[in-house]
Amino acid sequence: MEVWHRMKRSPMAVIGLVLIIVLFVMALFANVIAPFTYSKQNLVHAFESPSSKYIFGTDEFGRDIFSRIVYGARISLQVGFIAVGISMFIGGFLGALAGYYGGKIDNVIMRIMDVLLSIPSILLAIAIAASLGPGLFNLMIAVGISAIPNYARIVRGSVLSIRGQEFVEAAKAVGSSDLRIIFKHIIPNCTAPIIVQATLGVATAILTAAGLSFIGLGIQPPIPEWGAMLSSGRSYIRDYPYMTLFPGLAIMITILALNFVGDGLRDALDPKLKR
Amino acid sequence: MGFFCAPAFFEEGWKRMLKYIFRRILSLIPVLIGVTFIVFSLLYLTPGDPARMVLGDQATEEAVTDFRIKEGLDDPFIVQFARYVYKAAFKGDIGRSYVTKRPVSDEILSAFPSTIKLAAFSVIIAICLGIPFGIISAIKQYSLFDSITMFFALVGLSMPVFWLGLLLILLFSVRLGWFPSSGFDTFSAMVLPSVALSAQVIAIVTRMTRSSMLEVIRSDYIRTARAKGQTEGKVIWRHALGNALIPIVTIVGLQFGHLLGGAILTESIFSIPGVGRLMVEAIKMRDYPLVQGGVLYVAVAFSVVNLLVDLLYAFVDPRIKAQYR
Amino acid sequence: MNERKLLLDIQDLTIHYETEAGRVRAVEHLYLELGYGETLGFVGETGAGKTTTALGVMQLIPSPPGAFKGGKVLFEGEDLLAKSEAEMRSIRGGKIAMIFQDPMTSLNPVITVDKQIAEMIALHRDVNEKEALEQAVQMLDIVGIRPERAKDYPHQFSGGMKQRVVIAIALACDPALLIADEPTTALDVTIQAQVLELMKELKRKYNTSMIMITHDLGIVAEICDRVAIMYAGRVVEYADTKTLFERHVHPYTEGLFNSIPDLGEDQEDLKTIMGLMPDPTNLPTGCSFHPRCPYAVETCSRETPAFVEVEPGHKVACPVRAAAGKNGKERAS
Repeated sequence: MEVWHRMKRSPMAVIGLVLIIVLFVMALFANVIAPFTYSKQNLVHAFESPSSKYIFGTDEFGRDIFSRIVYGARISLQVGFIAVGISMFIGGFLGALAGYYGGKIDNVIMRIMDVLLSIPSILLAIAIAASLGPGLFNLMIAVGISAIPNYARIVRGSVLSIRGQEFVEAAKAVGSSDLRIIFKHIIPNCTAPIIVQATLGVATAILTAAGLSFIGLGIQPPIPEWGAMLSSGRSYIRDYPYMTLFPGLAIMITILALNFVGDGLRDALDPKLKR
Repeated sequence: MGFFCAPAFFEEGWKRMLKYIFRRILSLIPVLIGVTFIVFSLLYLTPGDPARMVLGDQATEEAVTDFRIKEGLDDPFIVQFARYVYKAAFKGDIGRSYVTKRPVSDEILSAFPSTIKLAAFSVIIAICLGIPFGIISAIKQYSLFDSITMFFALVGLSMPVFWLGLLLILLFSVRLGWFPSSGFDTFSAMVLPSVALSAQVIAIVTRMTRSSMLEVIRSDYIRTARAKGQTEGKVIWRHALGNALIPIVTIVGLQFGHLLGGAILTESIFSIPGVGRLMVEAIKMRDYPLVQGGVLYVAVAFSVVNLLVDLLYAFVDPRIKAQYR
Repeated sequence: MNERKLLLDIQDLTIHYETEAGRVRAVEHLYLELGYGETLGFVGETGAGKTTTALGVMQLIPSPPGAFKGGKVLFEGEDLLAKSEAEMRSIRGGKIAMIFQDPMTSLNPVITVDKQIAEMIALHRDVNEKEALEQAVQMLDIVGIRPERAKDYPHQFSGGMKQRVVIAIALACDPALLIADEPTTALDVTIQAQVLELMKELKRKYNTSMIMITHDLGIVAEICDRVAIMYAGRVVEYADTKTLFERHVHPYTEGLFNSIPDLGEDQEDLKTIMGLMPDPTNLPTGCSFHPRCPYAVETCSRETPAFVEVEPGHKVACPVRAAAGKNGKERAS
């Protein structure tokens, strides 16, 4: 596809893509790549600095940090994609309804989105996570719901601009039901901005999830979520800084890679951009 | 010749502007009710008995029941909600903290100044760094400066604020001892948290400035200005910036509003007694009234900031201002 | 031979753009002359290179990707291409002014119109801010805009009035040369007429020489003393207006005139020139017009045609038709 070609021109986007593939590989083959399991405690070896055996050192329970980070990739990617999936489908669907039908439905839906938007998303995620209780799944839902308004707005905007176009009139004239029109004609045309938002959204979701875990909401130990690892490493930061260094680095590199790809996608999909 | 064309407000303009403000405030009300509703529902569904949380595990059944009756915790949802809205709207009473027993409004008001200061400093740093870098990147598009700036902007955007905070503490507090790692009373205590929080905002402002400038520089009126024989410096300063800054003002305002309630992580790391940290603790403690009041305050603050940004927009963009003539 | 003194003398000008799609030969070995007090119509289809030529004279070509590949632009006897940027800045607006096609976007939306005119004045005359503004209001009056509107913003004006403001800016410092790039194309027909009238009047009043870039032969007939026809980066015919209308020679010019529908005749189809303008990254060899030319012969695809002067002041870049014309064939208009 032409989009692919345009993306290849940006070195940062390519690097980002490579990094994400590496991440996926790490997540899929964690049990092969990681030398230890993420929960195996070995108190004798607690607080060891990075060495050839423990590449990133060990934490307060003697667990190998490198292995935990590798397994953590699995968690982060899961959270990121499922959360975005939730936001995208619910938000996108609501946005499509609002844009397509307009009038009262539009008003009501957008009002609800306004309400959601007037609460900073982190706060909203925290509130939802707190009410749902701890756990990975609840974390995904919390992060997912807090991002719904973004997708609703994007889809609504796209739908509004497409709705007036003639092929929609044609479809109606042939007798397609509204739902069919929405799914077959309108949504496929909104894909470009949604894909960009989704890529960047995965980054935000991972960041938010890490933040929530950092505060202590969501993940239960011993699950190796990167934010939770940062949180527990925080108490030892004076003496064993590596415990916070590596999980943070992992988060940052992941998000950086996703941002590279998202930016690259946005530039590649933008028809106005001529180099 | 004036840069920002500061308007002379005409009589008519005043009245219309006030009417506009009034209408915006009115439309806030359903939003606020909606926010309250959502938070109320979330708390209602949250597991954990607030009575137990406040009174402790040792409390007797009787004490617990008394507490529940006193706070009306056994009434149906709608009743509780209506009661809350009524008291908040007409008595300005949004309850007392379960934990500290002080009025919620007091708790929040004492926490707000810290949050506002933190947000303000971060935004100021972001403007001072982000706008100039964005402008230069746009003027020298595709240069090394541009590439490096954009790379760092992306890094700043990707860096988790809590990690950056920890790194800053590690370097400047622990190793170098230049700045304290907690508190917010002295100027030096404000440095590290503001820097940590500003990283993302700087990134956003830089990128936004750059893209806005790029778009403006391609405009026809820039070409007209050059055709007048104007120097490139004045073309950028007087013509390009005046137009490019308009959307940037909006973004900065929105960021500020967002930081008012969203600086939670920074406040946690640096132990800043602000609204965000208050909220997190309240949520963990199931301190319902404090959580409700807090979110309400944050929503109000954010909406007020939005309104101010819109008014500022009208002030700065003559095309919008014309609607109020 | 015509010994008139030339205000503007473009010799062998070549401007290319390096783009990803290839090298765009926007202007190729272009020759153009403009005398003092003359109005030259610069005619061609969209994409022929007229605007690029104008921007080239003003040296406003964005420098990557554009580049001057040769030639001279003699203005008042001096080569503009050899001038420094500071010298050009004083010429722009002061000696040579340009107005652009779309008045909607040519004015800065956040500055009042009087200030935009005053800026021009302050750049080239030694006046303070107050005087510049006063003179600006006078310019507004000259173009027919009431002084009460001086503090209005561009969006508060209609298209025609915006273009008047643009003209006011351009003429504020009494430039020797005004380059007008399709100034009326974006306007309604009735407004077009008004703006043209204004330009004619001002031209007379200030004795400004003008290059009027247009694709509309009607405007040429209205306002231009001489005409240069441009095709694919070159001037292909050059004459005074009456001569061009009555005795044009170049096949492209012939095609242009033929395509104007005759109101008096019954016509079923519009006559067109067959084919399309060539891709500027891939120009035909020899004469750029030969693939579309009904009179092309074998040499046309090999040799770039030189100018032939078929009568005093009338030059054509087509040796084939020039020769045929000399054999006594007259053309009806």
